[in-house]
Amino acid sequence: MTTVHTRGRPVRPARVVLRVFLTVMALGWLFPIAWAVYNSLRDFDYTSVNGYFSFGGFTFDNYLEAWTRGNFGQTFYNTAVIVIPSVLITLLLASSVGFVLARFSFPFNLTLLALFTAANLLPQQALLVPLFRLFLNVELPYEVSDSGSLYDTYVAVIAVNIAFQTGFCTFVLSNYMKTLPKELTEAALVDGAGVLRQYWQVVLPLCRPALAALATLQITWVYNDFFWAVAFMRTGDKLPVTSSLQNLRGQFFTDYNLLSAGSVIVAIPTLVIFFLLQRHLRAGLTLGATKG
Amino acid sequence: MTRRQARRPKQVRTLSGIDRLTVVLMVAVPTLVVVGLVWGPALATVLLSFTDWNGIGNLADINMIGWENYQNATTNYPPFGPAVQHNVIWLVVFFFGPTLLGMVLAVMLDREIRGSRVYQSIFFMPVVLSLALVGFIWQLIYSRDQGLLNTVLGTDTDWFGDPDINLWAVLVAAGWRHTGYIMLLYLAGLKAVDPALREAAAVDGAGEVRTFLRVIWPVMRPVNIVILVITVIESLRAFDIAWVINKGRNGLELISTLVTQNVIGEASRVGFGSALATIMIAFSTVFIVIYLVQVMRERR
Amino acid sequence: MRSPRSFGVGGVPALSIQRRTLLKGMLGAGALAGLAGCGGGDGDGGGGGGGAVTFGSNWSDEVPKNAIAAMMKGFSGGEVSINTVDHNSFQENINNYLQGGPDDVFGWFAGYRMRFFAEQGLVGDISDVWSDIGSGFSEAMKQQSTGSDGKQYFVPLYYYPWAVFYRKSLWQERGYEPPATMDDLVALSKRMQGDGLAPIAFGDSDGWPAMGTFDYLNLRINGYDFHVELMAGEKPWNSPEVKAVFDAWRELLPYHQPDSLGRTWQEAAQSLLRKESGMYTIGMFMGQQFPEGAERDDLDFFPFPEIDPAIGTDAIEAPIDGFMMSARPRNEDDARELLRYLGTAAAGDAYLEVDPNNIGAHDDADTGGYNALQKKSQELVGAAKSISQFLDRDTRPDFASTVMIPSIQEFIRNPNDVDGLTKSIEDQKASIFGG
Repeated sequence: MTTVHTRGRPVRPARVVLRVFLTVMALGWLFPIAWAVYNSLRDFDYTSVNGYFSFGGFTFDNYLEAWTRGNFGQTFYNTAVIVIPSVLITLLLASSVGFVLARFSFPFNLTLLALFTAANLLPQQALLVPLFRLFLNVELPYEVSDSGSLYDTYVAVIAVNIAFQTGFCTFVLSNYMKTLPKELTEAALVDGAGVLRQYWQVVLPLCRPALAALATLQITWVYNDFFWAVAFMRTGDKLPVTSSLQNLRGQFFTDYNLLSAGSVIVAIPTLVIFFLLQRHLRAGLTLGATKG
Repeated sequence: MTRRQARRPKQVRTLSGIDRLTVVLMVAVPTLVVVGLVWGPALATVLLSFTDWNGIGNLADINMIGWENYQNATTNYPPFGPAVQHNVIWLVVFFFGPTLLGMVLAVMLDREIRGSRVYQSIFFMPVVLSLALVGFIWQLIYSRDQGLLNTVLGTDTDWFGDPDINLWAVLVAAGWRHTGYIMLLYLAGLKAVDPALREAAAVDGAGEVRTFLRVIWPVMRPVNIVILVITVIESLRAFDIAWVINKGRNGLELISTLVTQNVIGEASRVGFGSALATIMIAFSTVFIVIYLVQVMRERR
Repeated sequence: MRSPRSFGVGGVPALSIQRRTLLKGMLGAGALAGLAGCGGGDGDGGGGGGGAVTFGSNWSDEVPKNAIAAMMKGFSGGEVSINTVDHNSFQENINNYLQGGPDDVFGWFAGYRMRFFAEQGLVGDISDVWSDIGSGFSEAMKQQSTGSDGKQYFVPLYYYPWAVFYRKSLWQERGYEPPATMDDLVALSKRMQGDGLAPIAFGDSDGWPAMGTFDYLNLRINGYDFHVELMAGEKPWNSPEVKAVFDAWRELLPYHQPDSLGRTWQEAAQSLLRKESGMYTIGMFMGQQFPEGAERDDLDFFPFPEIDPAIGTDAIEAPIDGFMMSARPRNEDDARELLRYLGTAAAGDAYLEVDPNNIGAHDDADTGGYNALQKKSQELVGAAKSISQFLDRDTRPDFASTVMIPSIQEFIRNPNDVDGLTKSIEDQKASIFGG
């Protein structure tokens, strides 16, 4: 990374200004989250009397109540059922297309890349109705699906998530694979490795940073999706964790403190994953060949 | 076979039968998924936009009505004008606000600053939250009767309810999230700049600002385009936050929320909603093409 | 490119040959076959297996949810498996829900919203159930449960009248009297303003609560029959009658809480609770915003005041919630059996015991346990000559949500261009009702 350009110069006022600027910005950035956390730890009766701009009424009960009322145990499980296969399959599909695009020069490469990259950019709402019809028209036996079709199954939700996310991943992965030295696969060829082995045993392991970076982003995006889940599933007990928040937002009664606690619960897993995979984020996202 | 392959490794012709099948499958399966679940439905939406279908029942019930939906959308649907206007405002504000800020932050953090990683984490944090969650978190700040902002300022501004203000209030919240995303992408782009370039500039005695403008910015052109397109698309697709606040009405009309209002719930104006969606796809397509042209140029 | 052709094949009438072929095509393509294996099992969360009759519930708030559970326990004809989806999501996805193999029995609303789905063939005819339970319901209830084809599709559970609510203690303290006419209302509002109160609490962030005010003004100025015809799309919206409604509303707006478009109705109710506002035109469900006990008992209401003596106040807005059966329930016999149970007084009583913020729809509902507010509500509705549902339940749902909500919000924002507004509503109505 950047190493050289600061040498030989004394600490300049510009540096100080920069630090102050960054610190102020960072505090401002943290504030909304901190404010939500702060109020999640307070009693509704206390804040409705004293207002939110006050100090006191601390309690942990909001979390306990949000957990049971939002049925978080169940919805976290449902989310895992959606997110894990979605992200794994997305990365698998994207890396295989990316591999072909990066390793071979077929005449249709550009078209293919366009097809994938552009798919990621279409608005979700625009596709809702046809997709619903499509799923409804895939008949399944009742033992497999309560609705007798792909509607109201995790498969439908997972499939749509995959279809929508593959584009971006393909773009990043094929860029990343292009930066890998060609000699590696050529050496594998000499050893008599087939395409599959080149892909699986040589290239994929080298793509670990990119895969980790994409996994972080993908987990976040699929995890945060509510639109597809609620459009394609009708069984309340199958809905993902985003629906828990919806449950806490009552039809007849809204308790902001409880909702804050629910929000924090929803946010924690993505924050944890972010901190775990963070160091790969920057290294793994290759957006274009910028080598001068 | 292997010998021949070894000699001409990049020639497709020389692939064995199994390898050829593998390559075909590696491309065909993902392509089918994307075509079947994204492009197919998109085309269907375009077709539906010329019908008066209500979303229920058979193809037989569908009447082709030509451009009527488009006519109604543009002339007989008061929220349409504001929605287009809001999307444009969203785009302009996003571009000059969070996008530029995110790029500036990235450039600032792309150097040896103590705690650079901590700053990066903080700025990126909102990105992992859903926009719906962001909307809610900011409601605590913006709420007219109980929110922090009015309490501290001593005002009674209706931040989310006043149609002259709420779009801007929402843009602050959405921008809070967008900035971190752009920062990350730009940092990733900067990483790929050849250190030798900077070194050369430093040796020439160029200041940091000059180094950036003269040396790094031109090299970053492809990434800049990616960032620009992502900003445009995020602005066009903006939806969740407005929906969570008031279902995208009363000053928060966006094309996406109008589409949704028309195709979900009991309001089954699927044909009409599809026309709005098609308009949205058309807008997107313009930018998608710009994007692809750039990508292709770079590939060559 | 399979999908563009397939979407129209139709989810409702089963064209199974085409659908089978389609399935094979999809699986053959391998796109979804791969997924099916990795999907992580679409285990039945809602409990499809066995003979349990399934029930789709949008009663997702804590109190109503418990009330539904208590009511279902009383069903002796087998197990009921309840699938609760949050109220908002259920409503937003009702079309998908009904076409995608819904639960055997599900909760919904009376009025046009019921008839609309009946006409589309998405719900089941339960006239046979009505021949058993019909004697327990008034003629008005039966009418509200009947589709345009004369068959019954709906079993009412409860209704909740809309009226003008206030806190007794505040009014006693200040010596306010319930107004009988519009002039009284304006005079009272002025007094309240002098006392530092926002006279009429108001919150229309969600778009629908203000429809209640529109409906009442319309009912009082133009009468019930006009309301029905207007909602059915038979009367023009740019007529002098409708303009009179908006004009009257404009006179009242200065007495409404300002900045209503950013306020949810819950927040408006909170202002009533905190005695910052004087009264509130809203449905009886508002009581849930008041803490149980002394504060909730402090609530009272008066009927929306008279405007035209020739028309009076005998029309009351009282939306009905209840149950419907899906078009092709998997467990049809039990579904009908369940609906027969849901149409008994005992079932309604079981519900209202837990959730006393409504009035039982059944004639023999046990009123012994009613609180003062419930008793008064029942008298109000009992004395009414006609009962309307609600703007978004009496007209086409697409018209209500995509035209009327934005239009009313536009009116609240800028009440001075009634001519332009009503013309715009009428133009849009024509495009939706098919001119």
